[in-house]
Amino acid sequence: MSTESGSLRRRFQDSLADLEVGVSRTEPASFEATLEDVVDDPVVGTPLPFDGVSLPTWVDEDPSPRTLEAATTGVTAASFGIADYGSVVLPSTEDGAEQVSLFPDLHVAVLREADLVPDMPTAIDRLGPTLRDGGSAILATGPSATADMGSLVKGAHGPKAVHVVLLEEGTDE
Amino acid sequence: MSKSDDRRAKAARIRHLLETEGDAVEANTAGFNRGRYDAVAELEAYEELKSEARTIKEDAIERLPELLEQVTETVEENGGTVYLADDAADANRYIQEVAAEKEAERVVKSKSMTSEELEVNDALEGDGVDVVETDLGEWVLQVADETPSHIVAPAIHRSRAEIARLFNERFDLEEPLETAEELTMFARERLGEQIRGADVGMTGANFITADSGTIMLVTSEGNARKTAVVPDTHVAVAGIEKIVPSVEDLSPFIELIGRSGTGQDITSYISLLTPPVESPTVDVDEPDVGFADREDDRDFHLVLIDNGRTAMREDDQLRETLYCIRCSACANSCANFQSVGGHAFGGETYSGGIATGWEAGVHGADSVAEFNDLCTGCSRCVNACPVEIDIPWINTVVRDRLNRGGDPDRFEFLYDELVPDEEPSGLDLQKRLFGNYETLAKLGSATAPLSNRMAEFGPVRSLLERAVGVDSRRPLPAFERETLREWYGERGPRVAASEADREVVLYPDTYTNYVDVDRGKAAVRVLEALDVHVRVPDVGESGRAPLSQGMIATADEQASAVYAGLAEHLDAGRDVVVIEPSDLAMFHREYEKLLPERSFERLRDGSYEVLEYVYGCLENGADPTALRTPEQSIAYHSHCQQRTLGLEAYTTAVLEKLGADVFESDVECCGMAGSFGYKQEYYELSMDVGDRLRDQFESPTAEDRLVLASGTSCEDQLDDLLEREASHPVEAIDPGGV
Repeated sequence: MSTESGSLRRRFQDSLADLEVGVSRTEPASFEATLEDVVDDPVVGTPLPFDGVSLPTWVDEDPSPRTLEAATTGVTAASFGIADYGSVVLPSTEDGAEQVSLFPDLHVAVLREADLVPDMPTAIDRLGPTLRDGGSAILATGPSATADMGSLVKGAHGPKAVHVVLLEEGTDE
Repeated sequence: MSKSDDRRAKAARIRHLLETEGDAVEANTAGFNRGRYDAVAELEAYEELKSEARTIKEDAIERLPELLEQVTETVEENGGTVYLADDAADANRYIQEVAAEKEAERVVKSKSMTSEELEVNDALEGDGVDVVETDLGEWVLQVADETPSHIVAPAIHRSRAEIARLFNERFDLEEPLETAEELTMFARERLGEQIRGADVGMTGANFITADSGTIMLVTSEGNARKTAVVPDTHVAVAGIEKIVPSVEDLSPFIELIGRSGTGQDITSYISLLTPPVESPTVDVDEPDVGFADREDDRDFHLVLIDNGRTAMREDDQLRETLYCIRCSACANSCANFQSVGGHAFGGETYSGGIATGWEAGVHGADSVAEFNDLCTGCSRCVNACPVEIDIPWINTVVRDRLNRGGDPDRFEFLYDELVPDEEPSGLDLQKRLFGNYETLAKLGSATAPLSNRMAEFGPVRSLLERAVGVDSRRPLPAFERETLREWYGERGPRVAASEADREVVLYPDTYTNYVDVDRGKAAVRVLEALDVHVRVPDVGESGRAPLSQGMIATADEQASAVYAGLAEHLDAGRDVVVIEPSDLAMFHREYEKLLPERSFERLRDGSYEVLEYVYGCLENGADPTALRTPEQSIAYHSHCQQRTLGLEAYTTAVLEKLGADVFESDVECCGMAGSFGYKQEYYELSMDVGDRLRDQFESPTAEDRLVLASGTSCEDQLDDLLEREASHPVEAIDPGGV
């Protein structure tokens, strides 16, 4: 791993720490065990587009409105992460990644370290072609929150907690 | 109703809001404001980002007709529909048609000020459609049947306890709700049920990109995400000014909007939706069909609203308003807003400093007239605005326009005789009095001390209150018989030009010349102690007083006269030194609008705040021991406009250089703001704003310190707030002072 990408990861982890978002680093081989430590049952998810990593069988990979409502954890892939902000970029997909990342109390975002970018301009530059191609995405930073009821509460309409699983570099090689 | 009754009614309304909503508004807005300072301090390229954002908006509004065409094409290619609505009624009719076509029983909404502008909820409800606000703050307002008090956090005027009381009364609950957590979870569950099975989702749009047809939504709760994705029909409403050319243009706004508004580096969710979106719907009628197996036919309508914006774009003074990204920085950084909130400092829809531009553009003069005076021109919003809008100027221009539309006053003839202003018949008498302060000061000084005794004479004070609304609780400044210019004319310079290191023209602002002559004398002695040759020229009022009343033509005349009186000095290489920060701010900011560019730049570059000048002399080798060392530790309140110019640090630096320990206030404004605190309708608000400064200066750290203030009105306000007298910093370092 290059020093540069190492410092990018540390910046990202620092930003996540400020947001009180948990983070686990894992090699593809230990992905299932790492995930198991993080989630609360029942778990729904959408298929991960990363080579060598897939959702364990105990994750419902084809959720419906009923299983979505019943789920405690949602697992989805992040297209990339923004080190300065601790943001994960969540693509809208036909299999419902938007819902899976939004409805359950815990959202687990799975992100390759190779997909970390340093800052907002880089992230938006990268999104340009996707959006011009009709795609949609959410820049999600920490859990859903509101201060409308008199003080800050996590989990207004969306997840009360977010956890990032970082796939170590070299995952897809 | 007479003007006097009007003023009393307005005072009563403000008093009511101070009592009922003031505490919650203050706690919230002051928190956002502190958050903004912290968040932007950590942003390395803050100033560059603001300029970048400004440039993008300027360009986008310039190219608006072209971008409108482009976005229409793009959205339609994506499979959506664009409707360009002339006004609110037109937009509502279209949205009602969409709802009818969908046979919609329930529309769920995420927070949108534009939808408030349209009053689309009323229109839909008139058709029997159930409209549910899903933003928690908006929902509280919907339950309470109230309007937003803030453009970003609409229910900040309600405390947690009040919301709990509201919910406990309104809903049939097994256990009463109490904590913010309980209230939030209750709302989440209840609103979740409303979103489930809704027929149409309506959102606003913070930005729309012409190249991709993407709408950007800035939210934290997640309700906008659900609103857009759960039902199969999405209606987005947005003003036409929300369009930017490309996706790449979004970046500076993403970095600025949360920091500028609520002080968050970024909100939880920045949705970048290019509708119709790929995400499947959440269909309660088919709860067991997997999302991946659905074949949804999504419907998207982008309703772009003109409603006066095209006219605003063609109006050189209001055009800047269209750059506004509705972040709320101008509300949170405003001392008056912090006290009363948007229910006083707002029109039909919008609130805060920039509301004057919006309301003038979309709703017209009547909506603005009610609240426009609450902008005192303190300018604390200027540096806070992420798109660099000169918000005080917009307020001044609109005030001028309102003045010109006023009714003739019965005392008119008196003033036409007495005052030399350039204003129209019908200008409010109170504005005219304060706007022509120099004339009053001349007269007062010439007839002092009789004028001062008269002014404190009970019946005169009640007449002043009745006729022009000068609050009788406020002590009036006493005029000096001998003006600064007269004193200096008699005394002459003590440092000859031939022996001087520098030559200075000390600008005799109205207040220093006629009222606080002592600080003028102190300035002369301080400058001379630093081997500066001083002149005190016969130059009149800067135009600040008339400008603050919206009397632009009068201010313009005075600016020209001041420049004419100073031009030769500038040409001769003399530095202009100014004691009163509000006058220096005229030279450095507002004269840009009133003078030719070269004249403005010449005066701006050649004029200095007095302690800034002292600092410069000391840095360039002048002897600090020639100045007096302040005997006491100091509590210093800088001036709002001085802080906007970034000049307060010089005063602190000079005082510290001379060995003083300085405690500095950090309130946005003292509350007096020139004539504002004298006005009967605003006296109590002015004192409420002042309370924040009093609290700081009466704190254990500051209670025994010598009180210094750079501004005239700040000094007067501090005199009224504290047991101790306040003076100007230049008096504390005056070697001839006592």
